[in-house]
Amino acid sequence: MLKILPLAVTTAILFNSSPVFASSETDAIQQQLEAIKKEYGQAINDLENRLLKAEENAQQANERVQEVTVKLEESKTSRPVSSGQNSFNPAISLVLDGQFASFDNDPEDYELPGFSLGNEAGLGEKGLSIGHSELSMSANIDDKFFGKITLAFDEHDGETETELEEAFIQTLGLGNGFTLKAGRFFSEIGYLNQQHGHAWDFADAPLIYRGLFGDQLVDDGVQMTWLAPTDTFLQLGAELLGGNRFPAGGRTSGIGAWTAFADIGGDIGIEHSWQLGLSHWQSDNIKDRKSGGHAHGGGEAETPSFSGDSKISALDLVYKWAPNGNPNNQSFKFQFEYFDRDEDGNVVMLNSGPPLETTSYDGDQKGWYAQAVYKFKPQWQVGLRYDWLDSDNRGSDADVLAEAGLDNEGHTPKRYSATLEWLPSEFSRLRLQYNQDESYEETDHQLLLQYTMSLGSHGAHQF
Amino acid sequence: MFHQWKNKVWLAALLLTLCANTAYAQLNIFACEPEWAALTRTLAGDAANVYSATTAQQDPHHIQARPSLIAKVRRADLLVCTGAELEVGWLPLLLRKSGNAKIQTGQAGYFMATDHVSLLEKPTVLDRSLGDIHAAGNPHIHLDPFRVQQVAEALAITLTTIDPANKNNYRENLQRFNLEWRKAISQWQKQSEKLRGKRIVVSHNNWVYLEHWLGLERLAVLEPQPGIPPNSKHLAKVLAQLEQNPADMILHASYQNDRPVLWLSQKTGLPVVGVDFSPSDKNSLIQWFDGVLNQLLRTES
Repeated sequence: MLKILPLAVTTAILFNSSPVFASSETDAIQQQLEAIKKEYGQAINDLENRLLKAEENAQQANERVQEVTVKLEESKTSRPVSSGQNSFNPAISLVLDGQFASFDNDPEDYELPGFSLGNEAGLGEKGLSIGHSELSMSANIDDKFFGKITLAFDEHDGETETELEEAFIQTLGLGNGFTLKAGRFFSEIGYLNQQHGHAWDFADAPLIYRGLFGDQLVDDGVQMTWLAPTDTFLQLGAELLGGNRFPAGGRTSGIGAWTAFADIGGDIGIEHSWQLGLSHWQSDNIKDRKSGGHAHGGGEAETPSFSGDSKISALDLVYKWAPNGNPNNQSFKFQFEYFDRDEDGNVVMLNSGPPLETTSYDGDQKGWYAQAVYKFKPQWQVGLRYDWLDSDNRGSDADVLAEAGLDNEGHTPKRYSATLEWLPSEFSRLRLQYNQDESYEETDHQLLLQYTMSLGSHGAHQF
Repeated sequence: MFHQWKNKVWLAALLLTLCANTAYAQLNIFACEPEWAALTRTLAGDAANVYSATTAQQDPHHIQARPSLIAKVRRADLLVCTGAELEVGWLPLLLRKSGNAKIQTGQAGYFMATDHVSLLEKPTVLDRSLGDIHAAGNPHIHLDPFRVQQVAEALAITLTTIDPANKNNYRENLQRFNLEWRKAISQWQKQSEKLRGKRIVVSHNNWVYLEHWLGLERLAVLEPQPGIPPNSKHLAKVLAQLEQNPADMILHASYQNDRPVLWLSQKTGLPVVGVDFSPSDKNSLIQWFDGVLNQLLRTES
């Protein structure tokens, strides 16, 4: 329309003007024509320019799309899968541990009045020594099973002892929240028991673990756990155990001991998490459970041997905090466990007499510890722990009980501990620990400097 | 009598609350990091209930196998994680404790993003003296939009495998995502042209894919070795290096300790860009990428 208008105007002018008019008029018309031509030329030029620009833009866009496609193609080559003889080898990890220990009292004199010590209970060696080295291998066996073995190396009286600490298989997703484990494993009683010693926050076991389990309860058997399909963590489980190992004992032809446990846990907001557990261990037919007695020099050692029933009940609570739920820079952990053991049977002092010294035995032992660990910088951590034990054991012959170490001598064992840890990386740790140990009447001041290093594959740690 | 009834009612109420959350027919998806949660939400839409195990404020290398996470994995139909050993310190434990067959290694419900793209910086020497390195390569792929797109396509296939009934839903969502994502990429490319060739200092070596994509040049890393916190000796070395060869900015993830970064910034006058390493639970991936780029560009003006 706009284009037609000037054209119409020009033709009108051309046709209306008569040739009679002088050349001045033709001049004027020519001038007008020139002007119109110029105007048009400009417009056409503009249009051409715009077209060119548009073409250029289109090309650029096209190039960009091509660039994107090329890049996509480039990065499409998927990751080459490594192959070779050793690519299916199990994950191997090795824990090296060593310490320097200084005790005021002779560690040989150590006792825990009211508790008969067995298994690995004790203070370890004075001075420089290597601690508990561990070699473990684990892998998924197939799509149904996972397997793990852990060998522990200890030095006892100048001899290296190898112990099969763990050797179990476990189902991978049996479905519906069920998991079955079989073999030798750490029992799920309590909280700390199922963790390896090197994952503990202190160099030594809590006193109640030392008193009841000889540091840790390991047995052969089967374990079944069920995880509820809920947002709140709720786990129920039971173990059937051989019952040949401390604090059970004796050859039984069937199930020597069993446990039942329940754990519940969750998060509060994003920074706090917690877990509460109840557990019970029971062995109804213990035969000849040997333990260390009350040391008294000279002669062949008389070894106390217990036969009867034993029940342990436990309560554990763990609470963790980390700013923004990011424990890498800063974190706090509080943990509390309470144990109560009830025993009924008799105690015989082996190698005594004749006649053999014997007494009926009705034991009640309990204890708890509470500890807090604070990581205040990415590589630094401090910890505090308090231990408390008590016992009320009765029997027909008080002297025999006392000889078996089951008389509490009117003493309630206690211990105060503090640690400072430097963690150069997640694979290494240097720890300085001080204990004011009131396990027995004579207070002991203990200083431990310990290194714990883990080599090889990256293990995952439990909550 | 009354007390007996009261107890029973309490018990029933407790059981009901415990089971209440199990009633949905939606897919339960457990994402290890927020970026995969965001991507999964986009692709699955209403068909899934997506949970992110971590937030942008948490270091995904160092998460604890908390009871709440075990409970979540127990009910998951699909895991969407980074893989390449990023979650090696916690995910294997969650899997073993979950008693859930669907999401075990090798099952259809086990999706590792790094299995579907090529990785940069695959180490030739595996030695822990080099720090906490990942044998498969650098796992922080979500900072490269091209790789994210590849992951999206693979994830859509996995979703279809697990939940064939919603096949069309996943296909449509993927198409829509691809369209928007490609548009966004070309816009980001244009926007970020002025960042090309910028020299950066980073606190942890987790920006490789961003560097690669935007053409940034990494001059130094504040951690002496991956995973080992910066020490004064190494920081002094970095400072000396920067005096010789100045950088343009210092880049770090907001979950990291910012003290070394601030110290260096004070000494050199370099601007610090503290970026959320992952989207927040309300952000889409596009919004988050927009935010990251804007933060980087802001140091320019």
